[in-house]
Amino acid sequence: MRPRDAGIAALALLALASASQAQAPSHYGIGRPATPAEIAGWNIDIDRDGNNLPSGSGSVAQGHEIFDAQCSACHGAKGEGGLGDQLVGGQGTLATAKPVRTVGSYWPYATTLFDYIRRAMPQNAPQSLSNEEVYAVSAYVLNLNGLLPADATLDAAKLKTIKMPNRGMFVGDPRPDVKNPACMSGC
Amino acid sequence: MTKNQTSDSVRPIASRRRFLRDGGALMGGALAGSLAGGEAVAAEPGAENLPPNVPEWMKSPGDPMGSQLYGTPSPFEKNVVKNIPKNLKQYISASGRTPLQDLDGIITPNGLFYERHHGGVPTIDPAQHRLMLHGLVDRPLIFTMDDIRRFPSQSRIHFLECSGNPVYTKPYGKTASDLVGLLSCAEWTGVSLKLVLQEAGLQAGAKWVIAEGADAAALTRSVPIEKCLDDAMLVYSQNGERLRPQQGYPLRLLLPGFEGNMNVKWLRRLRVAAEPTYSREETSKYTDLMPDGTAREFTFYMEAKSIITRPSGGQRLDMPGFREITGIAWSGHGKIKRVDISVDDGKSWQEAELQEPVLTRALTRFRLPWHWDGKPAVIQSRATDETGYVQPTLAELLGVRGNNHFYHNNAIWPWLIAADGEVTNAAA
Repeated sequence: MRPRDAGIAALALLALASASQAQAPSHYGIGRPATPAEIAGWNIDIDRDGNNLPSGSGSVAQGHEIFDAQCSACHGAKGEGGLGDQLVGGQGTLATAKPVRTVGSYWPYATTLFDYIRRAMPQNAPQSLSNEEVYAVSAYVLNLNGLLPADATLDAAKLKTIKMPNRGMFVGDPRPDVKNPACMSGC
Repeated sequence: MTKNQTSDSVRPIASRRRFLRDGGALMGGALAGSLAGGEAVAAEPGAENLPPNVPEWMKSPGDPMGSQLYGTPSPFEKNVVKNIPKNLKQYISASGRTPLQDLDGIITPNGLFYERHHGGVPTIDPAQHRLMLHGLVDRPLIFTMDDIRRFPSQSRIHFLECSGNPVYTKPYGKTASDLVGLLSCAEWTGVSLKLVLQEAGLQAGAKWVIAEGADAAALTRSVPIEKCLDDAMLVYSQNGERLRPQQGYPLRLLLPGFEGNMNVKWLRRLRVAAEPTYSREETSKYTDLMPDGTAREFTFYMEAKSIITRPSGGQRLDMPGFREITGIAWSGHGKIKRVDISVDDGKSWQEAELQEPVLTRALTRFRLPWHWDGKPAVIQSRATDETGYVQPTLAELLGVRGNNHFYHNNAIWPWLIAADGEVTNAAA
């Protein structure tokens, strides 16, 4: 038994003894403390406000090079899609018979782009890009969608300011939204 | 190949050789018999094993004990396998379906449980797996798998269903598996998530828990704290054995009744937060597009649904007469209250019998005795759950949500039985 466990177990026994009957302990003394360094190493979550975005930056031009080398095989030379999702275009199609959901037409938050590329892309080698490279690729995908100038450089502060075109189009869950009258005969 | 597999594959071949050797003589005998008796008796394959003969498998000992250290189905069931779509663009982020029409009862065998992965199936050594719990907690903690198994355990039976099961647009699937095979049900064993969160101590403002998988997608979903403190579980076993790798070995999140994607597999991290993380999965993917271009987000619950699995698409009724109609019903909102069945294309409905146990957020098996008169018929089932919600028709769903909705299609699905007994998708 580790020292922390032993201490908590002893406390729990004391608590049980004083209560004079069996009760579930308020906690079990299971697990060990997670250190700030361990948490920092694993916590790669970026929320919609850009909290936890790392330092560093990357330019559209750098992102173009990385995209050509590591992304275009699946997503197309200009993000038009292929083996992987279409990333560009589709604006104005969401309310039509053929909606095209892309980063530019559908994604509500630009910060999610950094989060997702860093954790899951490229598919054959996720978490292999440096933070600078992730900023650069994010910048290029935003540029392809007309959301960042070609000479721009992206960092945490800049990424937080980018407002995605479809930002205001998400609503809550209104279900149950469909009613079946449950007819039994003569339907 | 292991010795056990060899044993499996050799036996049918040996049987087939015996059939080829003996078949000629048998056919000759049957022909002679039919001439003598004046009536045509078709020689059935393997008739040497039918009455009045003694079957060959009684004339010598079978496989010895230990010929299979982990049992597998009979070689005659080799076609009952996961339904994997052909010609997908890629198979790293893909899904495989449960063959619902070939199964009985409510429990899905572990080897046939549906799969959906976004970065392939990782091979994780449980000794090297850790669960980190941090964020708005008093004591950020790291757990080993041994730690997790020290907590008080519980076992519960729940279904799991992908929210894209099926999509709203054609082509519609041919079989029950094609249509709603991203659905399975198991007995899950693990620890109440509430106990683990209490171990770390929730702080004021804790409204969401962000769950992350240890796969190549590091798949991330946000779960409301109410669900985490209700019936959410951290699961390490499924139908009595440790989770299969495809189901998140060694540890997964289980959120009974919530869409499959949120039940994060290979769970490695839980971050308690005031807000959702707005991950790619919960913004750009698992959101429901409406006809006006708005999209519903955080649509967690799987609403009441049912499907007839027998007779169902791809099957054939070989003759008129008695048929049991059976299928499965389920609801993310609780127990199934009743299932109605129509055998006249929806003109009238009658209540089916529900097989006990009827469990919360679990598959429920229903049955109706039926006599097929040999004429074309359209059969379908309609589930009602304990909240009073009634499973809608596809037309009713499309009328509200439109063709672009993609997720959470819980429509009634009719099967057409033709005069020749062939069963097909009536909506296809």
